[in-house]
Amino acid sequence: MPGQRLSQIEGSVAVAQAVARCRPSVIAAYPISPQTHIVEGLSDLVRGGELIDCEYLMAESEFGAMSACIGASAAGVRTYTATSSQGLLFMAEALFNASGLGLPIVMTVANRAIGAPINIWNDHSDSMSMRDSGWIQLYAESNQAAVDLHVQAFALAERLSVPVMVCMDGFVLTHAVEEVELPEQEQVDAFLPRFVPQQLLDPKEPVSIGAMVGPEAFTEVKYLMHAKQVQALDEIPRLAADFEEMFGRPGGGLVAPYRTDDAETVVVTLGSALGSVEEVVDELREDGVRIGALGITCFRPWPLDEVRAALAGASRVIVVEKAFAVGAGGIVGQNVRLALSGLPATVYDVVAGLGGRPITRASLRGLFRDVLEDRMDSRSLHFLDLDVELVERELARTRLGGTGPHAEHMLRALVGVGAVPPGPEAPVGEES
Amino acid sequence: MTTVDLKLYQVGTFAAGNRLLPLEDRTVQAHPDRSNSITSGHRACQGCGEVLGARYVLDAAMRATGGDLVAVNATGCLEVFSTPYPESSWQLPWLHSLFGNAPAVASGVAAALRATGRGHTRVVGQAGDGGTVDIGFGALSGMFERNDDVLFVCYDNEGYMNTGVQRSGATPGGARTANTKAIGPEPGNAFGQGKNMPRIAMAHEIPYVATATVADLHDLERKVEKAMTFHGARYLHVLVPCPLGWGSASKDTILLARLAQRSGIFPVFESEGGEVTAVTPIRRRVPVEDYLRPQRRYSHLFGAHPRPDVVARIQAGADRSIARYGLLADSSEK
Ligand SMILES: Cc1ncc(C[n+]2csc(CCOP(=O)(O)OP(=O)(O)O)c2C)c(N)n1
Ligand code: SF4
Ligand SMILES: [Mg+2]
Repeated sequence: MPGQRLSQIEGSVAVAQAVARCRPSVIAAYPISPQTHIVEGLSDLVRGGELIDCEYLMAESEFGAMSACIGASAAGVRTYTATSSQGLLFMAEALFNASGLGLPIVMTVANRAIGAPINIWNDHSDSMSMRDSGWIQLYAESNQAAVDLHVQAFALAERLSVPVMVCMDGFVLTHAVEEVELPEQEQVDAFLPRFVPQQLLDPKEPVSIGAMVGPEAFTEVKYLMHAKQVQALDEIPRLAADFEEMFGRPGGGLVAPYRTDDAETVVVTLGSALGSVEEVVDELREDGVRIGALGITCFRPWPLDEVRAALAGASRVIVVEKAFAVGAGGIVGQNVRLALSGLPATVYDVVAGLGGRPITRASLRGLFRDVLEDRMDSRSLHFLDLDVELVERELARTRLGGTGPHAEHMLRALVGVGAVPPGPEAPVGEES
Repeated sequence: MTTVDLKLYQVGTFAAGNRLLPLEDRTVQAHPDRSNSITSGHRACQGCGEVLGARYVLDAAMRATGGDLVAVNATGCLEVFSTPYPESSWQLPWLHSLFGNAPAVASGVAAALRATGRGHTRVVGQAGDGGTVDIGFGALSGMFERNDDVLFVCYDNEGYMNTGVQRSGATPGGARTANTKAIGPEPGNAFGQGKNMPRIAMAHEIPYVATATVADLHDLERKVEKAMTFHGARYLHVLVPCPLGWGSASKDTILLARLAQRSGIFPVFESEGGEVTAVTPIRRRVPVEDYLRPQRRYSHLFGAHPRPDVVARIQAGADRSIARYGLLADSSEK
């Protein structure tokens, strides 16, 4: 592609570059791993004068960061932030506020597990916990996708006046150095029009934003939020097409079907796991298995028709997801079931990659084989690579009246210190 | 024949009719072109100190900025009574986001204005005492520490009034609220250090900090106008009696604000860069009892089982603040 630049670059740095080329006027952020490199990169670009006419606000918390974004966006400027995990939860109240006010803020979520137990590694429990916050959620499969989705996210947010979250797997993507084609400034300028706010705090035309709304119209305000998200289901493919025309590579769209045409079994997943899933699909295809994959790029709004169409021919659907609804089951899985209602497919919910556990090709192959050979029960939730022995031992211990934190006991069991009698060398902690 | 000099007005008293003052001494409210930032139709209680304070603060800020102003409001009485659906009392650009984030939202507005060459537009953030000293405390401290160009105003009615008069970190010791009732051996709110927000603001060494009450509206306006001459973080803490929460007569709002100042309970002062630069001396000192008695939230201190010990404790607090700020320095009643 003429004028485009391929570089070996860390995912976070690539995203920072892409965001900078979208020319935000206010960035307000608070550091948390694994988001840090993104906001540090942006801070450098602002300080170094590469990103001009931009205020970088060092918030005192994520709640403050999102709140500052709310203020900045209501004052009519393009606004960006990034966070992860605990930080996203710390923002929760402000997330619903931003979407309720219809403010087109763009945020990167560098996906990370939520404690306790505290864990800095990747899974999707953070963004999934905010799936109903009224933000559009786009999931990046690779760093190239992350870069490209950010450029589209600003356009989407501003067209609809809805906030957009771009989710990229923490460490797996944010800290991976790989080849990325960065969008050129002129291209971004041509693709992304100047931000024209749909509401604005302006002394010349004073308006009240965020006034109280009672039962008379609350339903209607919420209906419009829903309607706008539904509108995004048309807007996103249009933007992806425009993106492809401008940048010469696919924009992403709502879903990413892979070898699904004649597939009897389709594996649904989102984020960086898609790459490994596709590789295993290729391997099994070579063995003559009619299997395919479906990547969910847009999880909110839920592209029900597109998912249904992509899965219509499948008799087995395996949903591999990095989060779950404790006590209920899969989250993406439930949405997939909704999309498949009335169709005969059997859906298998599989939780994988929690707290950074690698989703290996070997494990995926084993899982798909188990499903293909009818060794899996579709009515229960499966945990990929669960250490059953460890869990059983801990359950047995508590059944015998053992107390104390599960996490610590299981860690001890893993490293074998449980066998050491308490003494001066023993780790400090309570004994059951 | 004896004659009596009839004084039509006295400058400096509270009885003066505004219309009789020289033009330059009149309040913003005396001007036909006042901005009416918060206009009629709001649903504040009769005698609400908060709406009075807000009106004077915002109209003064509007005058100081030539109407080039944006207001950010925390959740609380002021927000609720000013925007009864589908109406709004606000005649300036106004944004309400949440209870605990008004300072950060205001910082965001200021950053956006600066980034886009609209730094001439000034920003006022406002909240009740709960939104300021409790749930919004971290955000406010962040705004101070970054020295963002925001005037933050706390309308202190010493409790969470909007949710039905519960205690806040600014509720004084001994005061009865819905969750510190006058029951048990220590009736009313516990005595603690409280949160002395003006002093905490001063500790951030921000350009300007001031306290005021709705008893002296000229002083309040002057402080707002002064605050607007500074850039960076500024803090104004206004005592605003609340008839509903305090159990006082609507007509006594101004009286109580005045007694709070004259008893030493509420020191009125200004500070620049962390140093006190001016205090409003107490002209005729009153014992705290004069201030406490008209308020039902303190009635348990004076009823069938009076608590002179508690009153003495409140008096000691007032004495301490009189000494700390030298409030009697210019008076013979030391
Ligand atoms: C996060 C959150 N917690 C609690 C509330 C409930 N709430 C709304 S206003 C308020 C008290 C407001 O007190 P203050 O800030 O002093 O303002 P006032 O009403 O007294 O003027 C409370 C507790 C809320 N809206 N949001
Ligand atoms: S409860 Fe108090 S603060 Fe609220 S409107 Fe009534 S008088 Fe004003
Ligand atoms: Mg209050």
